[in-house]
Amino acid sequence: MKAYLNRRYMFSASHRLHNDRFTEDANRELYGKCNNPYGHGHNYTLEVCVSGQVDPQTGMVCNLVDLDDCVRRSILERYDHQNLNCMQEFRDRVPTTENLCVLVFEILQRELGKTHLQKAKLERVKLDETMMNSFEYAGGAELRH
Amino acid sequence: MSKYVYLSRRVEFSASHVYHNPAFTAEENRRVFGKCNNPNGHGHNYTLEVTVKGEVNGDTGFVLDLKDLKDILNSEVMDVFDHRHLNKEVPEFATEIPTTENIAISIWNRVAPNLNSGTQMHRVRVYETPDLFVDYYGEP
Repeated sequence: MKAYLNRRYMFSASHRLHNDRFTEDANRELYGKCNNPYGHGHNYTLEVCVSGQVDPQTGMVCNLVDLDDCVRRSILERYDHQNLNCMQEFRDRVPTTENLCVLVFEILQRELGKTHLQKAKLERVKLDETMMNSFEYAGGAELRH
Repeated sequence: MSKYVYLSRRVEFSASHVYHNPAFTAEENRRVFGKCNNPNGHGHNYTLEVTVKGEVNGDTGFVLDLKDLKDILNSEVMDVFDHRHLNKEVPEFATEIPTTENIAISIWNRVAPNLNSGTQMHRVRVYETPDLFVDYYGEP
């Protein structure tokens, strides 16, 4: 039987939306407050969805301790309490939550494949930037609700 | 093109459970299930969200009468799961481990046969905590 396991995590980070290829005015016009020069921060909520057959021996899609460990090592320790603009992956990429969402998906897909969680398929990541806006990425696939 | 409308209803129940597979050694049980293997069990406040789909009835304007869904959830889920020890009091968990995955599958199997024709199950979502939930769509 195939089930979908969803797990939520939190991390906090700062960013500033700014593109060097635009003029100062264009940046201000496009990004508004998010372009304020010293940046600002959010408490991000990350929701990770993995799917797979429920193992009859354990009743689980995957071991939660292993999933938590993988997400902690590859995402939370990397981004929590960081300034996203100072990170190498955002040197040429604006640290919007769209871009962060895609990156988190790609990192997790790679890292899950390296562990014994490889039977679990990463379906989707969802990033809430605030309670009012959120972003989802399913590796380019349509979302299933 | 179908004109499905999706209707969801939430209920909450509280239950205790323990994860233990008698085929494993005590050490394996501890390693695989961690704290969830503590011998006297532990409990959660579960939130269940059942989503059904169907076309809107031209006479009633309903996908289904919410009262009917409420009655089904009361008799098939609340009466069976709420304030119970799942391993000891819910028949399927005498042999299966009452993980959130298996609870979602069990609820699907209990609710689906009771829906009126014309209404189909879409999804069962079970929250064990706000940070951990499982979706089941009836897939094999």
